[in-house]
Amino acid sequence: MRKKIFEFIGFFSLRVCLYIVLAFLFIFLYDIGSKGGGAISWEFISQAPRRGMTEGGIFPAIMGTFFVTMVTALLAVPMGMFSAIYLNEYAKQTRITRIIRLSIRNLSGVPSIVYGLFGVILFVNVLKFGTSILSAGLTLGLLTLPWTITASEEALKTVPNSYREGALALGATKWQSIRTNVLPNALPGMLTGTVLGLARAAGETAPIMFTGAAFFLPFLPRSFSDQFMALPYHLYVMATQHHAISQVRPLAYGTALILILFVLGMNMSVVILRYRLRKKRRA
Amino acid sequence: MKNQAKIEARNVNFYYGSQIALKNINIACEENKVTALIGPSGCGKSTFIRTLNRMNDVIPGIKIEGDILLEGENIYHPKVDIAVLRKRVGMVFQKPNPFPKSIFNNIAYGLRINGMRDKRKIEMIVEKSLKEATLWDEIKDRMDENAFSLSGGQQQRLCIARSLAIKPEVILFDEPCSAIDPVATAKIEELIHQLKEHYTVIVVTHNMQQAARISDFTAFMMLGEIVEYDKTDKIFTNPSNTLTEDYITGRFG
Repeated sequence: MRKKIFEFIGFFSLRVCLYIVLAFLFIFLYDIGSKGGGAISWEFISQAPRRGMTEGGIFPAIMGTFFVTMVTALLAVPMGMFSAIYLNEYAKQTRITRIIRLSIRNLSGVPSIVYGLFGVILFVNVLKFGTSILSAGLTLGLLTLPWTITASEEALKTVPNSYREGALALGATKWQSIRTNVLPNALPGMLTGTVLGLARAAGETAPIMFTGAAFFLPFLPRSFSDQFMALPYHLYVMATQHHAISQVRPLAYGTALILILFVLGMNMSVVILRYRLRKKRRA
Repeated sequence: MKNQAKIEARNVNFYYGSQIALKNINIACEENKVTALIGPSGCGKSTFIRTLNRMNDVIPGIKIEGDILLEGENIYHPKVDIAVLRKRVGMVFQKPNPFPKSIFNNIAYGLRINGMRDKRKIEMIVEKSLKEATLWDEIKDRMDENAFSLSGGQQQRLCIARSLAIKPEVILFDEPCSAIDPVATAKIEELIHQLKEHYTVIVVTHNMQQAARISDFTAFMMLGEIVEYDKTDKIFTNPSNTLTEDYITGRFG
């Protein structure tokens, strides 16, 4: 009887914790959805801001975030996956690889503003990329790398060793066994971790603030060396830096909603991609 | 000319780090015979069989001394291509380890990584290998199904077919029946018996009756050493070493 009571209390508290978390999430989404929903219109997502950003839309910010995320992906996806493959499959498991791995884990805990300042020094000043999409994207790429590497390595670890051994025993070289037997099974997990990292980067403000994001640009960037508007920075401006904050509040909420949808869209796309890959693997 | 051994170990010592796992192993396995390795857990049977296709190479910190000769040539010579060696010396593992692919692609895998592109030829070899592994009749209509849909015993026969497809000369079985039921075990034992017609077979087994049933020669190992190696009949009816006798009569192990 005592055991049953304990079990009941145990499960009950687990459930309550989950409900509390869900409640916060729901309130949060409801607040943004209800206040931002009204601001969203075709004009809002297809026009540039007008009249000191009190009217018009956020089209340049949407496109800016899209472009900068592309640069981030170009750096973080291949570099992260390849590093993880090397670290997990090729590198000998010595003290040095353990230190490297630990350092990578620690890097994912470094505050994003630190990455921002580092990006200013490295990309903007030393490499002379200027404040641009390129600098901001690369900075976000560095920020994402630790997440991508860690997630990819975890995905590689879930592939049973017997797949590797089975291939090697048939005369496969190490790379053949990795390419044909390990990667296809790790790819869905690698992609999930990578895109979650990218989605997080797309929502970052601090790293792009000094490296390329512009307060206001009524036109789209023409090359990767141009400055750009970005959703998170635009939101920051609308919420704290604007001269008429209360007037633009609906627009700020609308921007927040679009940013959430943008990130949600990225996460959904990886769910779909993963589902497709799984289905293909089964054949 | 005296019958040369197909695969032979000479004065082999093997270390995991500083710990010695095999001590002065000398054994010559004859062509087209089944050689069984028996002995208590941890005696080095699996370690030894994995030196024969250099499967231990992937483990960090190992060291091997002595020679292992495949048709008289040392497989640990620096010029040996390990991939080619493993094609000649196939291996079936303790737990069936089919790839998460279709039954067909499991067998075709070894052919494709070795550069075969001709579809009809691949189909032919897949069918032939599955027949050789006595699995064809059970699965010929299910070639596109995932290999995981097979039973444990079928999966193991699939793994055998997979190694047969690339035409090895020697096949190593590392406790091939330890993870499957008695009926499936009987099928695999029968299969091993048939395989020796074309291949040289080496089997690690925990099961002494199995060794007695399927092998021509038996080596009894203990604590990293070969205690006795002789014809299977002799080992099981009239062993020279008292340790062997104690083990096969079940006094320990």
